[in-house]
Amino acid sequence: MKQLFSFIRKEFHHILRDKTTVMILLLMPVIQIVLFGFALSQEVKDTKVVVLANTSDDATRRIIDRVDASEYFDVAVVAHNSNDIDAAFRDGKAKLAMVFEDHFSENLKHIGKAHIQLIADATDPNAATSFMFYASNIITNYQQELSPTQTNSGLIMPEVKMLYNPQMKSAFNFVPGVLGMIMILICAMMTSIAIVREKEMGTMEILLVSPMRPIYTILSKIAPYFVLSVINFATIMLLSVFILKVPIAGSFISLLTVSLLYIFVALSLGLLISTLTSSQLAAMLISGMGLMIPVMLLSGMIFPVENMPAFLRFLSNFVPARWYIDAVKTIMIKGLGISSVLKDVGVLVLMGTVLVTISLKKFKVRLE
Amino acid sequence: MDTVIKVENLTKRFGDFTAVDNISFEVKRGEIFGFLGANGAGKTTAMRMLCGLSIPTEGKGTVAGYDIFRQPELVKKSIGYMSQKFSLYEDLKVWENLELFGGIYGMSDKDIKIKTDELMVRLNFEEERDHLVKSLPLGFKQKLAFSVSIFHHPQVVFLDEPTGGVDPITRRRFWEMIYDATASGITVFVTTHYMDEAEYCDRVSIMVDGRIEALDSPSNLKKTYIAKNMDEVFQQLARKSTRKAD
Repeated sequence: MKQLFSFIRKEFHHILRDKTTVMILLLMPVIQIVLFGFALSQEVKDTKVVVLANTSDDATRRIIDRVDASEYFDVAVVAHNSNDIDAAFRDGKAKLAMVFEDHFSENLKHIGKAHIQLIADATDPNAATSFMFYASNIITNYQQELSPTQTNSGLIMPEVKMLYNPQMKSAFNFVPGVLGMIMILICAMMTSIAIVREKEMGTMEILLVSPMRPIYTILSKIAPYFVLSVINFATIMLLSVFILKVPIAGSFISLLTVSLLYIFVALSLGLLISTLTSSQLAAMLISGMGLMIPVMLLSGMIFPVENMPAFLRFLSNFVPARWYIDAVKTIMIKGLGISSVLKDVGVLVLMGTVLVTISLKKFKVRLE
Repeated sequence: MDTVIKVENLTKRFGDFTAVDNISFEVKRGEIFGFLGANGAGKTTAMRMLCGLSIPTEGKGTVAGYDIFRQPELVKKSIGYMSQKFSLYEDLKVWENLELFGGIYGMSDKDIKIKTDELMVRLNFEEERDHLVKSLPLGFKQKLAFSVSIFHHPQVVFLDEPTGGVDPITRRRFWEMIYDATASGITVFVTTHYMDEAEYCDRVSIMVDGRIEALDSPSNLKKTYIAKNMDEVFQQLARKSTRKAD
């Protein structure tokens, strides 16, 4: 036992003396959350709108007020002719234009029909689709309030409801993704580098000659990264609940259990990489190329797994992050219990067991 | 004098290549045993088998009374090892390295503290005690690495080319430390390239192509081979080699 504690203390010394690395590891989740949450946000929020209404009347004013009041839009420019609209788009002052036909209110009252033209800047097609959808919704709502009894003969009005994420916040999607990525990065990459460093420095040989039990070497290598991962898990949770306002809908205990399981899988991956390589550079490349890219592209963090070609969808089954992210989404966002993620948990347990068995077997007690 | 290392017909093959070919020898307690050979003669492989790092293909051996094949864990507890690559933890302080290895070899905290204090005084290291190892000059590091390898007072210490890359004065000091160690009852098993160092050993074995070609005290070897110094002895034997150095 004393062996183990002396060794764990040494591992913490290694990490804590490397101040830059510690800072990077602790700040990484914060930076990623900020990046994904604010800089790379796919949400539509305060989209600038230019309006053109030649006859300012009751109905146009009401619609404009509603658009302005909604959190999705911000009426930035009031245009007087179509040239103003062109200018607003060119100067980037607006992403959406609403053009009301002349005598809008009168037409609506007397003919029962009036036109609004919506023009969107579709350079970002996803964003354009989203805010067009919101704008039409506002107009439809107004119309329904105007004549609640009238059923708009022949028109089917679908009532859209966004389940689990009514405000369509992208944070609901990327918080689980960031969790999945950070854990892999810290556990797998850093653990493998830490072990391989001993091989490179020649200290591994001294440890192999010593009566130090190999399992102790492994456990103490893993210990500090386990602590770091738990700290990062807490950081991400706090940031997402208090800054991004993504609540933990399900049980925190279930979430923690699944996360610890995932950390275990990631650590055993790191261990496996360390037994396969003998230089820090190789370990970094394997974990960088071999883990980061699949995690980002195949885990469903950015691209939905359901939309992938069959081959990639098949590959994604082997990416632990895919199962973890799915489980986190189910528990944290949908608020379902651990019984709904049994498949994910099962796959992760299986992966962890297989990885840890292989790497413990391969971790050499003798040099040859 | 009792026997600390006993090797009988030890052989190690890697595929078709016989790295160590049927060697036998004995090392007595308190002896400085020089293990000489050109690069690729098989001395590192032989040493690794004795340290429990490599499994012998054939033959048997005991180190400190334990079988290297069946009781490698007990062997590991009774030996110290210093590799040719300098291998202490550079980002740990001098005393932390001692504490770590003391801990690994199961020494008590009190023991570690007493021996650390004593060692710092003996090596005149008191000022460097709290320095990170990476800030020390190479000669210091090597002394420290040797001190670490005998910190738990093993029965045998294996030194694999311990003085590579150091100047003659530092090498001379290093050998003084080796003599101190044998005076306290530690048996020293050392490989080296430097033939002047071979003269410091009590007995010397010379390996050529995986076999031990000669084994005796330096003075007897010089008589047998009618040579002025160990270098000439070595040259005569090494000429027989058919194996390419790596």
